[in-house]
Amino acid sequence: MSSSIIATDLVRHKEGKIARDIFVSPEVYQRELKQVFGRSWLLVGHESQIPNKYDYFVSRMGEESVIMTRDKTNKIHVFLNTCPHRGMKVCRYDQGNARVFTCPYHAWSFSVDGNKNAPPGGLVGVPHFKKAYQGGLDKSKWGLVPVAQLVNYKGSIWANWDKNAVDFETYLGDMKIYLDAVLDHRDGTPGGSEVIGGIQKWKVPSNWKFGAENFIGDLYHITSHRSVDMVSIGPSGAGRRDTIKLDDEAEKHIIRKPPPRMGSIGFPNHGHGLIGTQPHYAEPDYAASFTLTPIVEEYYKEIYHRRVENLGKQSRVLTPVGTIFPNCSFHGMQPRALFTWHPNGAQEMEMWKWYLVDADAPDEVKNVLRQYYLRYAGPAGLTEQDDMENWNYATSASSGARAGLYPYNYQMGLGFESQATDIKDAIFTASVTEQNQRLFYNRWAEFMDADSWDNLHPDASNNFHDILARSQS
Amino acid sequence: MSQSSSNQRSDAIEALLLQREIEAFYYQEAELLDERRFEEWLDMLAEDIIYFMPLRRNVKYGEHAASENTRQGLDAAWFDEGKHTLTQRVAQIATGIHWAEEPLSRVRHLVTNVQVEQRPHNTDGPMEIEAKSRFLVYRNRINDETDIFVGKRTDLLRHQDSGWVVAKRVILLDQSTLLAKNLTVFF
Repeated sequence: MSSSIIATDLVRHKEGKIARDIFVSPEVYQRELKQVFGRSWLLVGHESQIPNKYDYFVSRMGEESVIMTRDKTNKIHVFLNTCPHRGMKVCRYDQGNARVFTCPYHAWSFSVDGNKNAPPGGLVGVPHFKKAYQGGLDKSKWGLVPVAQLVNYKGSIWANWDKNAVDFETYLGDMKIYLDAVLDHRDGTPGGSEVIGGIQKWKVPSNWKFGAENFIGDLYHITSHRSVDMVSIGPSGAGRRDTIKLDDEAEKHIIRKPPPRMGSIGFPNHGHGLIGTQPHYAEPDYAASFTLTPIVEEYYKEIYHRRVENLGKQSRVLTPVGTIFPNCSFHGMQPRALFTWHPNGAQEMEMWKWYLVDADAPDEVKNVLRQYYLRYAGPAGLTEQDDMENWNYATSASSGARAGLYPYNYQMGLGFESQATDIKDAIFTASVTEQNQRLFYNRWAEFMDADSWDNLHPDASNNFHDILARSQS
Repeated sequence: MSQSSSNQRSDAIEALLLQREIEAFYYQEAELLDERRFEEWLDMLAEDIIYFMPLRRNVKYGEHAASENTRQGLDAAWFDEGKHTLTQRVAQIATGIHWAEEPLSRVRHLVTNVQVEQRPHNTDGPMEIEAKSRFLVYRNRINDETDIFVGKRTDLLRHQDSGWVVAKRVILLDQSTLLAKNLTVFF
């Protein structure tokens, strides 16, 4: 594909240097909309947002509006939210229930179910069809544009515009076990999470990649959140969260038999990464959580015992944060949420946040979780307010002609990655590192430069082996 | 002047005095916030205050009552909290290292359209009234960063020995996607 941009020149991941252009340049941005967002698996929503047939939720894929809906057979569809006739958005609501979407401009109408001549989303109504078109319009060819691939993964809905993209589970690789840890019930049984009503959406004057790279494993930004740690908003009072052992310096409270050491785990062939534990096969000791609210603490104690029983000697992991390439991140423990960093121009993004709870948790537990999530996260969250300030001014201070000459430094831990235990194609670093940021941008550059998915298949990638071959550990 | 018109006039004067008293309360509140006297502002809030700002959604005509705003106590929101968390917000600003408000923003609260509704109240309990107002909150920070928040507040005000306090505040911000990067100001 012809372009003056050669992304692999901008992302010198082997040296730990990345050009500022990728965070500020409109030209890079225009290309990534096609090359990255046009070919990646993107989070669209959650099935619990559309529980009944014909319920819909209007979401985004990249810059563009899409409609996630459910037909009469309960099958979920995602359509581009633009009329094929003259482009008008066929739905300007955020959510609702509709069997048919009728364009406000010329009243072309589209059926969620389709009919014998039209697929789901198909064109079923055209004013003055016989008189005006006189047989010259083939309705079967002018329906709403569906995504090329769609998957419901444990309730989370993902879509891809590229029919040649690998299937979702191949795309995830072993990152799947960490997404499972986010979506599965706290008692260890598969699935069972639901979204708290209402999706927070807000605009941030920052390139979208700042969010993605922060959540892929920035354990280094302790200074950013020092003020909230001093104020202590955690569910048991102290700090921001209940005590989990992140690393020896950052966390002083250690439970008696802690989980395996947390570190950075990354998937160089896929572009995903997280902070978390490698798989372990026994539950660590019970550690009390939510001690400010005894009813919730009691509930989680019971859940702990169910988890011990349900998982037995099976593999399990813990993951507080991670990013699924390119723009979906999660909080896997406290608070618990999925979010997307939607591109909104080179120097602006729109953040969307879906807060998760176990669907069968008692209302009182859900309420305490909700209150904690809201004081931690989102634009009013005491923790995340400070993140947006950093990403805002990092973006604006990188757009200058002079600043543009100097790449960012991503050299932390470079050459000290090791092979993760019991996870396929994953690298691990126990101490604070930027390994995940490096592999994320390398994967991003591969998407930017690749002509097609033929050059992107994760199973054909040498990235993982190359990093280990260069590593000194 | 007849007895009844005299009573009417007396009621009207009472209502006017109450109106004036509540407006003065709001102006004082705005003064404290704009002058960054946050700890004194906290004293204007009841210990059991419910401070709630729902998310707003675009929904079809006829569905506004049911689903335009997220629900207090149940759904996601911009704020749904009590005095403890509000006090923590004030404490966080006072650390001097809360980067979202360090350096401090310049903030002005314009409060208008005050409508006071006297409510029947339990004679055993303190007097409570409902007061609605409109706000325009202006935030300017660093150089060119400017946000304008416009909306409506519906308050439950309670009369205590110390004077009026806010016992409940429902803030409707007139945005669905929040157009500001964060919400570091009080409403």
